[in-house]
Amino acid sequence: MQFGLNESQQMLQDNARKFFAGECPMSEVRRLMETDTAFDKSLWTKMAEQGYTGIIFSEEYGGVGLGKVELILLMEEAGRALLPGPLFSTVALAGSVLDAVGTPEQKKKYLTPICEGRARSTVAILEAAASWNLADAKITASSGKLNGEKLFVSDAAVADSIIVVARDGVFIVEANAHGIHIDPMLGMDLTRKQYAVRFENTPAEKLGSSSGLAKALDIATSSLAAELVGGMQRTLEITVEYAKTRKQFGKPIGIFQAVQHQCSDMYLETESSRSAAYYAAWALEENTPDASVAVSIAKMYSSDAGRTVGNRGIQVHGGMGFTWENDVHLYYRRAKASETALGDATFHRERIARMVIDSGAELAKSA
Amino acid sequence: MDLNLTAEELQFRDELRAWLGANVPKDWDEWREKPLEESFPYLRAWQRKLNEGRWAAVSWPKEYGGRGATLMQQAIFWEEMARVEAPPMANSLGLGLIGPTIIAYGTEAQKHRFIPKILSAEEIWCQGFSEPNAGSDLASLQTEARLEGSHYIVNGQKVWTSYGWVGNWCELVVRTDASVAKHKGLTVLLIDMKSPGVEVRPLRQMTGESEFNEIFFRDVRVPAENVLGKVNDGWNVAVSTLMYERGSYGARLHLLFKRSIKRLIELAHKIQKDGHPAAQDPLMRQKLAQCYAEIEIMRLNQMRAFSRITATGVPGPEGSIQKIFWSELNQRVQQIAQELLGPYGQLLNGDSRAVDKGIWSYGYLRTRGNTIEAGTSEVQRNIIGHFVLGLPRSY
Repeated sequence: MQFGLNESQQMLQDNARKFFAGECPMSEVRRLMETDTAFDKSLWTKMAEQGYTGIIFSEEYGGVGLGKVELILLMEEAGRALLPGPLFSTVALAGSVLDAVGTPEQKKKYLTPICEGRARSTVAILEAAASWNLADAKITASSGKLNGEKLFVSDAAVADSIIVVARDGVFIVEANAHGIHIDPMLGMDLTRKQYAVRFENTPAEKLGSSSGLAKALDIATSSLAAELVGGMQRTLEITVEYAKTRKQFGKPIGIFQAVQHQCSDMYLETESSRSAAYYAAWALEENTPDASVAVSIAKMYSSDAGRTVGNRGIQVHGGMGFTWENDVHLYYRRAKASETALGDATFHRERIARMVIDSGAELAKSA
Repeated sequence: MDLNLTAEELQFRDELRAWLGANVPKDWDEWREKPLEESFPYLRAWQRKLNEGRWAAVSWPKEYGGRGATLMQQAIFWEEMARVEAPPMANSLGLGLIGPTIIAYGTEAQKHRFIPKILSAEEIWCQGFSEPNAGSDLASLQTEARLEGSHYIVNGQKVWTSYGWVGNWCELVVRTDASVAKHKGLTVLLIDMKSPGVEVRPLRQMTGESEFNEIFFRDVRVPAENVLGKVNDGWNVAVSTLMYERGSYGARLHLLFKRSIKRLIELAHKIQKDGHPAAQDPLMRQKLAQCYAEIEIMRLNQMRAFSRITATGVPGPEGSIQKIFWSELNQRVQQIAQELLGPYGQLLNGDSRAVDKGIWSYGYLRTRGNTIEAGTSEVQRNIIGHFVLGLPRSY
């Protein structure tokens, strides 16, 4: 039993960190977040060259064929860099859904261009009621035409296709299809843009049934948890650095226990989130019986911890933490958006309750 | 990253499982609730049996009667012990903390003299660290030892000594040089508790029991060969013991927590709230799920720490995360139990209406001590701040 990274995983993590530091430093994050879509095509092409856009997908479709743990490591580094744009929407979310419910032909048509860096995609789940229970979808596709509105769709404006979770199945539409209206929603997170997407008799191709989505959404959810871990790690580093250098009363503020203990708690919350996210990825990779519980534990914990670590980080920075110039608030904004995406802590606690309280069997087995 | 058991780990587990299957006592339930004074001979006998199977101290090197078990094998050991609800071992401080310290710092003669009897529970060990005026600031301790010929003469007082009432030997930290900085004048002595001048008094704690003792030393003579490690290097020896304390304890606790949450979920299905089982109450579901998740995260943190320690060789400051996590979590679990049980939660063992013989009222009170014993949460946060994050020392 070995809960550390192996050599190739360590290398992937190091390379991703170097790649994002070189290709997408904070100056670039700040430039992109001021644009309409926070998307940079040349950065995307470079990511595809690294194999990031096809990281977990089969070589048959142009992917790299690595595992969920490797995906999690990539997403953690992306979160650490506060990478703008559609890596999460396209790869962790849409790619996983295509991989799970698409036919081989559909994968060739939609997944291969994603792996090769030629296309972006996203998944539309929420509607006005903002429920993450897929059964609550109201939108329908009758005789191959979609009608209705989806909200909080990440990166829709730069997607070549949009996957729609509808009442009668999972559909995919081309972004330039008839009757699609994409309007920006002005969210707190400036680095991952969200959109309202309206369909009026839009021709849609059926991918499969919603029941096939569970595993794909678990992969995306654990990715989001990992991204939150990366954001927490960076927030912690920036904050500790500040606590070491900022002086008041003639001393670095990190010498005061009220400040120091905030930092220690940030560390504890970050490490605990990381343990949970890594385990969830491993459980998904191995298809362990507790994989879905593990995913919900990871998302539940990191949803809360992402916010708490941000709160502490801003507080330790004092007035500086409240300025636009300081980077901590950018991570804080992302953490807030990610907190609710794919279910907040309350949603996942209820999901855990259904799995471990309602079926006592699960617990008895693992106890 | 691979969380599957290796062939070697599986073999270890299967061998242990087979041994436990044949040897674990069947009548522990009759003893479990009795005061430790009464059940102690029973626990000694159980440890003796484990030792005969070479299972008493699996982490110790083979030449000292252990199995040289890896941290993962140790985790497997505690998991299997919990699975069959095996009784605890009598000499837990000797096996978990003091034995490893003697193996690391002791002379050959000391190892030869003490180790076998720690394993067999023939000699029970206690730990004399804290003093009335030296708690978190352990290095300021005042119990003094003065060399007179071939003996040290010890005078002073220790407090919060577990197993003091039954201890045959004590790992005692004393001041041997008051003229140097406080960390540099300490020495660890191994003291025979039957020595003239040693007086043990019970210390009644807020639960009403006396798990701990106060120990008074009046002109106690200790042979100089009973110094553990080097004279005036006691701080390093003591810290090494504390690291064992913070590192390994969490692995065992996880299984107790797992049993608590399992029991709370059972209770939640039985207890009615507003005409429905509490297990259907949305708020109670949220709270139980939160506890369940955090107990799992405690296990995962422990596994990751084990992997790190395996890579680096020694227990390090990351044990502080575990200490904070389990102690604060334990308090939260007990609070949820209180909310679930309502007014019944306060009933003590002995009341006919007490749930589970009063373990929840007891647990609620006892866990107050968790964030204090074995290094307060504040001290642990100082350790993380300074030794892990590199912030300046605050004291």
